[in-house]
Amino acid sequence: MPDLLIELFSEEIPARMQARAADDLRVRMTDGLVEAGLTYAGAAAFATPRRLTLTVQGLLAESPTVREERKGPRADAPEKAIEGFLRGAGVSRDDLELRDEKKGQVYYATITKPGRGAEAIVAEVLESVIRNFPWPKSMRWGAGSLRWVRPLHRILCILTDDAGEATVVPMDVDGIKAGNVTEGHRFMAPGALKVSSFDHYSTALRGHFVMLDAAERAEAIWQDATNQAFAAGMEVVEDRSLLAEVAGLVEWPVVLMGAIDAQFLDLPPEVLQTSMKEHQKFFSVRNPKTGRIERFITVANRETADQGATILAGNARVLSARLADGAFFWQNDLREAKAGGAAWLKSLEAVTFHNKLGSQAERVERIAALAREIAPAVGADADLAEQAARWAKADLPSEMVYEFPELQGLMGRYYAEAAGMPAEVGAAAEEHYSPLGPSDDVPTAPVSVAVALADKLDLLTGFWAIDEKPTGSKDPFALRRAALGVIRLVVENKIASSMLPMFDNAMRRAMAAASPDRGDLNLKELDDRVAIVNLLTFFHDRLKVYLKDQGVRHDIIDACVAMPGNDDLALLVKRATALSDFLKTDDGENLLQGFKRANNILSQAEEKDGVEYSYGADVKFAETDEERALFTALDQGEPAIKAALETEDFAAAMTAMAALRAPIDAFFNAVQVNTDSQIVRRNRLNLLSRIRTICLEAADLTRIEG
Amino acid sequence: MSDQASKPRSFQEIILRLQAYWAEQGCAVMQPYDMEVGAGTFHPATTLRSLGSRPWAAAYVQPSRRPTDGRYGDSPNRWQHYYQFQVIIKPSPPDLQALYLGSLEAIGIDMALHDIRFVEDDWESPTLGAWGLGWEVWCDGMEVSQFTYFQQVGGHDCAPVSGELTYGLERLAMYVLGYDDGNAMPFNAPDAPIPLTYGDVFREAEAQYARWNFDVADTDILLQHFIDAEAECARILEQPADDPKTGRRIVMAQPAYDQCIKASHIFNLLDARGVISVTERQAYIGRVRTLAKACADAFVQTQAGGWEAA
Repeated sequence: MPDLLIELFSEEIPARMQARAADDLRVRMTDGLVEAGLTYAGAAAFATPRRLTLTVQGLLAESPTVREERKGPRADAPEKAIEGFLRGAGVSRDDLELRDEKKGQVYYATITKPGRGAEAIVAEVLESVIRNFPWPKSMRWGAGSLRWVRPLHRILCILTDDAGEATVVPMDVDGIKAGNVTEGHRFMAPGALKVSSFDHYSTALRGHFVMLDAAERAEAIWQDATNQAFAAGMEVVEDRSLLAEVAGLVEWPVVLMGAIDAQFLDLPPEVLQTSMKEHQKFFSVRNPKTGRIERFITVANRETADQGATILAGNARVLSARLADGAFFWQNDLREAKAGGAAWLKSLEAVTFHNKLGSQAERVERIAALAREIAPAVGADADLAEQAARWAKADLPSEMVYEFPELQGLMGRYYAEAAGMPAEVGAAAEEHYSPLGPSDDVPTAPVSVAVALADKLDLLTGFWAIDEKPTGSKDPFALRRAALGVIRLVVENKIASSMLPMFDNAMRRAMAAASPDRGDLNLKELDDRVAIVNLLTFFHDRLKVYLKDQGVRHDIIDACVAMPGNDDLALLVKRATALSDFLKTDDGENLLQGFKRANNILSQAEEKDGVEYSYGADVKFAETDEERALFTALDQGEPAIKAALETEDFAAAMTAMAALRAPIDAFFNAVQVNTDSQIVRRNRLNLLSRIRTICLEAADLTRIEG
Repeated sequence: MSDQASKPRSFQEIILRLQAYWAEQGCAVMQPYDMEVGAGTFHPATTLRSLGSRPWAAAYVQPSRRPTDGRYGDSPNRWQHYYQFQVIIKPSPPDLQALYLGSLEAIGIDMALHDIRFVEDDWESPTLGAWGLGWEVWCDGMEVSQFTYFQQVGGHDCAPVSGELTYGLERLAMYVLGYDDGNAMPFNAPDAPIPLTYGDVFREAEAQYARWNFDVADTDILLQHFIDAEAECARILEQPADDPKTGRRIVMAQPAYDQCIKASHIFNLLDARGVISVTERQAYIGRVRTLAKACADAFVQTQAGGWEAA
């Protein structure tokens, strides 16, 4: 069985797209082959900056012959129908077979599709894969209309048989003819290279300074980098994404380590690291004795006669120029920070946050007031919370953050330190943007929590006030992320507090900012209320997403949201988690069924009778032991459940409810509620209503599905 | 080869070598466009000629102005007036990368000792309604050129596609000549009877323009100029194609485009004066783009833009 080798040789493919593209090539190509009847033993794909490569081993040499039976018209059908069937099936009258069926004789045709050779199938599938390749961005070049990520120069496509004999698959895509030729390293071994199999190809490439496998390149880079750092008594700062990117920028990695000019060593390590990574794609090398970043590692794409001396010197010069900028920004910023940062805060007035919500300075005012109000609920000092909120955005106009926006917050902390502010203020500046993603750490320091909450609530209420809510997939201001941030801050810090008063304060200010000159206060009040209720619903939706990840079903959350106090998110989560756990137990599931049965019977009776059965069940009208047992169980259970619910101990409440399961089950097994005696019937209905009432105090179980 | 590979000694020698190299590759070596522009791409030889089906190949130096980059001549690597070397070839030849690398050799970069890399960098000009895919080219970690395959200009698909190369001449020259301070690098030959540095030529003017750009330019007048240029551009394009005087078909795409260039530069000046807010910025860029698109629409109605009488 032959092996297939494909290489798509192009101009430089963006590093970030390579791994995905190799995978897409493998999946689409093998899917296409299999669909056409060519199964295979194994496949692997590779990418370098200039090529995507696929090797498929043990491919069928031709697709199997397929026979398909097709049912036609009845023997007595009009001639036209039979002719139509013959045309559609592509067979002649003699090929038809008559079979006896219940309704008479029916024509059958057997269509035989002969197998096709691998060459033809590969050519067809590969052309389609090339023409429909899912590049994130593709382009045209020259006078052609073919699209590829960058100009495509060669298609290598060969089938190698068991004897090692290679055949070029004849094909042509917009004038690019498939061949058996590739190229080595652009500079170290230019020129065409004929290959006959995958083994030959990968060996030949290595001989021509191309390491085909990105994982191998990454491994080689990391090995060499750590060895060189180790030899100098240092360590490389690990950075997986940078390693993957750098491995996608070279075909023949050569690791070079250089020293950072001494005048820059006092810059914050994050500044050195960010500048080196963002601008130069350098790794940072730390001296464990000083804790400072003192060297850099760059990865060149070639060996040179001077062992990389020219390349390293050039890189060091570029780095020094970059860091000179960084040092200049840092010194200027420190001067401003030590002066108190008044110029920064002032300049926030000129920065528009959103044209309907005013400037960043106005936003800071709102966050400061809100942080002060939130402080007691999260155990923070109100003055500190306000001070921290006022400083939280101070670094935005700094020169360093202008250059490296990703250092926002962190620089705020450095500058707070330089300004001699309390440590809590600096920490809040750094942490108040968190959590950004679902796996991000949640701040725990009270002042940071207060500012983080204030920041996010102002964002949310602001955009609610100007009616810029997220719709569908559109969420340009990342409001869903902000709401999830609030939820995680509150829940993970176990902040027991109603959200509505916080919403209220934030919304009042946001509305004022959004419509400073609106006169009709009553209308405004109404808008506030609608917006707040709407915002709470948005939070409940976000909470569903949050709890779903923790295995809590949406209907369970609905059942808990329907309860009073649903703006206390920590309470809501506690209730939902307990209910979810309870319903996963046998007792919980059966109790739920018992409740539903009771509720159904009651609802029907109440509808029919036009009254509500809610009071007056008396054990003296009980006729059976099971009835009496249920009375006893409820008498005992109700106080325990109520007490547990009052202390918000949902787990204990559910345990107490579990004790009701057996008596309820027994009751329904033994007792017919709707009997002829109206007294007994009413008594039983009133007894059922006790079940309904006690269950509904835990959660609105009518909303649970199933 | 030995002569070619020898190190150039001055800023102007780098320009001369690039011009000679690209002339040899068949480009029309043009002169700078006689208007203030922010980048070499604005030259009609690139913007307009990248439209339509007619083949084209040009290379030129373009003095460019970015008022916000002014540093009063004190920065070692930033000037509000600087030079770009621009190459534009339509359709992009299949060996454009190799041609480009040849140009680096021509200015004395030894491929055997340096590390040249093509690093993803997609180009977009919101003011020109243009975008393309390509790379920034790194030499030993330093960006020395932009390499772009134009996909769209003025809202029109580029077919065929032009390949565009832009060399930032100051940075490239500093690297090749070995200077950290651009003002100190030789502009002409260091052993010329009157040797001049880059700073000798430009430093004084840099300070003057920085002061004017940042603090003195009359923003009311500039704003009026912007409005005038916008109106004139529209008025030019409103004229019927047939000239009543000569009786010939004359679509005035380039005079209209001059007004678009003017508006774009005036916008940059207003920006440097700090009178354009973040939200207004987008609106101004949109207004210039509207002009650029209208000019592109007009250019494809000219013969140079591929129009043929029916």
